Amino acid sequence: MYDGKPRKEKGRPLQPLVEVRGLKMYFPITSGLFRRKVGDVKAVDGLTFDILEGETLGLVGESGCGKSTAGRAILRLYDPTEGEVVINGKDVAHAEGDALRRLRPAMQMVFQDPQASLNPRMTVADIIGEPLLEHTRLTSDERTARIYELMDAVGLNRVYANRYPHAFSGGQRQRIGIARALALNPRFIVCDEPIAALDVSIQAQVVNLLEELQDRLGLTYLFISHDLSMVRHIADRVAVMYLGRIVELADRDALFEDPLHPYTEALLSAIPEADPEEAKRRTRILLKGDVPSPANPPKGCNFCTRCPKVMDVCRSVKPDLFEVRPRHFVACHLYPPS
Amino acid sequence: MPDGSLPVLDVKGLKTVFRTRAGEIHAVNDVTFDLRPGELLGVVGESGSGKSVTMMSLLGLLPSPPAEVRHGTVTFEGDNLLAVTPEKLRDVRGGGIGFIFQDPMTSLNPVFTVGYQIMEPLRRHLGLTKPQARVRAKELLELVGIPDAERRLRDFPHQFSGGMRQRVMIAIALACDPKVLIADEPTTALDVTIQAQIIELVRELRQKLGMAIVWITHDLGVVAGIADRVMVMYGGQVVEQGPVREVFANPQHPYTRALLTTVPSIRGPRAAKLNVIEGQPPILLAAPASCSFAARCPHRFNRCEHQNPPRIPVGHGHDVACFWNPETGGPRDV
Repeated sequence: MYDGKPRKEKGRPLQPLVEVRGLKMYFPITSGLFRRKVGDVKAVDGLTFDILEGETLGLVGESGCGKSTAGRAILRLYDPTEGEVVINGKDVAHAEGDALRRLRPAMQMVFQDPQASLNPRMTVADIIGEPLLEHTRLTSDERTARIYELMDAVGLNRVYANRYPHAFSGGQRQRIGIARALALNPRFIVCDEPIAALDVSIQAQVVNLLEELQDRLGLTYLFISHDLSMVRHIADRVAVMYLGRIVELADRDALFEDPLHPYTEALLSAIPEADPEEAKRRTRILLKGDVPSPANPPKGCNFCTRCPKVMDVCRSVKPDLFEVRPRHFVACHLYPPS
Repeated sequence: MPDGSLPVLDVKGLKTVFRTRAGEIHAVNDVTFDLRPGELLGVVGESGSGKSVTMMSLLGLLPSPPAEVRHGTVTFEGDNLLAVTPEKLRDVRGGGIGFIFQDPMTSLNPVFTVGYQIMEPLRRHLGLTKPQARVRAKELLELVGIPDAERRLRDFPHQFSGGMRQRVMIAIALACDPKVLIADEPTTALDVTIQAQIIELVRELRQKLGMAIVWITHDLGVVAGIADRVMVMYGGQVVEQGPVREVFANPQHPYTRALLTTVPSIRGPRAAKLNVIEGQPPILLAAPASCSFAARCPHRFNRCEHQNPPRIPVGHGHDVACFWNPETGGPRDV
């Protein structure tokens, strides 16, 4: 079974910055007058992976598969139900109070909706400067200098430092959110659907900015998205989630050119391609039905209710993630562990 | 695609403005297009490009004030929809022209059963009795692929998943056998695997029922897969229009060309850096006196900043509103 440890490969420094082991995040379902617990929503049900220093791991899946919950649990915005999260050698999953607070600067987040994640009553300078105020002891002049530096880094004109978020377009607001995430020189940033709320012509601007910053500052990203074509562009490795579990984890090219899990195959074939000739030629794998509820996942493989290649064993045994090819991990009974 | 026949919907010179405290927003500027029987027209553009406002203007669906449809004619079955009585317009809405909205959660009424909501247009437009309408409603749910239709009629919208709700919306839109179906981003709120199901469903229904469809989307991939013709909108205007293969293989407008290259592909070679359209979409505080894309255009001439380019035919059924000629790299002779 996959233990999450990176496999040695020549010519690549393989230092994991983020190590996630068996991460579970359950939310209780309560009922009745006394809010008695009657069950769990298993939003994240046992994730194990590493993110190497300087790499971008793409985390993809459909809405409700638990990818955002995973990102938030890794950053301790939730208290995980079970499992280990180690970032930069420090235990994040179990740190409390002051100890946890001291870990926060190294790990930051860029949120999906720049409209909702920026306080409308704070100026841009206040928003970007708030982490500095909380976690550093800069003088007011030093802070202003740092705010300007950050605005330059994300391509915002310094002139607008005293404006409010409503005066900016969606793409510019996302730049403000990125500047805020960068303020404390983090090493690891979770980008939770950072471009989903933006128009196509603006998406490319933000993605290019994220890549440029990664090159310049040596950042490590967990890039959460449902947009597989954008993930193919930005990620080095890709993990595909379905109903709280990783079904496939592989290097980008291996995953897109040779997907092994039936769900990954279906997901890739469902993406509409901007080429009418290609669209005519291709045969789509159409999945039947909807994603089951994470409060009541099927016995056996989570995908067995929709899988076109379902076998008897799939309905009774949950497959674990195994390395079936070098650096290519799949959780599926079609691929017995070698 | 049937060709040469009379258009089932003919829109000429449509202009819609919104009166706001900041001034008038010119959301739709002189939009002209037609829709032939049985054809699927894809309308592509970013948010704020005027694609939804155009379609809502056709049926008087915009609240007025602040909206005002200032000019234009919309010819449907011999009537100008912008000049008919409200009663007549109500017959057309949901009758001759069906409408599917983007978000199936907010466009279904949460306090009525799905059955009631499908039967409503049947009773209003076709004058069916309640039992007749119920039979037809069940047929419609079966048509859009909802299992156990009889029982599901009694369910409320929240008991359906996103994809199933969109199927219900489609069933309502199809209830009165419309000649035209306008679908406003019908799959944008859905996941890709569910989107694929809905696209397949529309493709089947089109073959079976033969209505003409306007499909609004910002996803060029969706258009490539289902449309016969594509119309690209920018800044409240039509900047390029033509047969889908022609436009994708031979895009003429710099905006269309840029759109096709900013979206990374799932196959083929991977670009090291994404192409970017610099700048922001225009804020339409005045009727355009120049090309609305000029500020972001890598090919602009002096002329583009003084004159709004007309739609220039460039091929069979293909036209573009641009002074730049991609073949020569120089200006077009207009």
